[in-house]
Amino acid sequence: MVSIVTESIDVKAIVNAVGTSSAGAIDVFIGTTRDNSKGRKVLQLEYEAYTPMATKKMEMIEREATERWEIQEMAMVHRVGIVPPGEASVVIAVSSAHRDEAFKACRYLIDRLKEVVPIWKREYFADGTVEWSQHTHEQGTAGKIGQ
Amino acid sequence: MKIQLKLFSMAKEIAGYGDRTMELPSGSHAETVLNMLTDRHPKLSPWRPILRVAVNWEYVDKTYPLQDGDEVAIIPPVSGG
Repeated sequence: MVSIVTESIDVKAIVNAVGTSSAGAIDVFIGTTRDNSKGRKVLQLEYEAYTPMATKKMEMIEREATERWEIQEMAMVHRVGIVPPGEASVVIAVSSAHRDEAFKACRYLIDRLKEVVPIWKREYFADGTVEWSQHTHEQGTAGKIGQ
Repeated sequence: MKIQLKLFSMAKEIAGYGDRTMELPSGSHAETVLNMLTDRHPKLSPWRPILRVAVNWEYVDKTYPLQDGDEVAIIPPVSGG
């Protein structure tokens, strides 16, 4: 299940959605917005999505994960619009029979999301400037910048 | 032929619009759109090496041939998460 929402993300609902009676593990990643960036205070963040393509790419990433690990259920939800500091901008949950698969798949999903899903973050700084963020300071483990 | 152009993030900010119909010569490819855009909006030029192009919701190479009615999006470096 993938989704792009404009309101607060309901983490509990997502965890419930991936739970199955045969799963022995649910791994959850919650990406939250920081109140600082490059040493400067951030007042708020705003996310913009190319929604139809973002949805398609998130579905593609889920299929990639399914090919690599024995996953039972998955959910990826990204919030767009204004997100105040400290709130969840993205939530990913994976259930599997054993924890190792869920951990690995969850890590893969967030790393790939940051590489290929057309969503952009804009930071509103306390000094009045506004900047589009770029993921130059982080590196994922998913490897190539794929299609 | 006509394509539906979509701009996002700083590309949208620099151009001043997010959606536009663009008239292209037949035989155009993805790179043609980047060329026309950077001609019209020189401030986009420094970003050009890191702009990706998507056609109908899929990333494509610069040589991808365009067809009438395609939705062509300019994708600056993504920063979701």
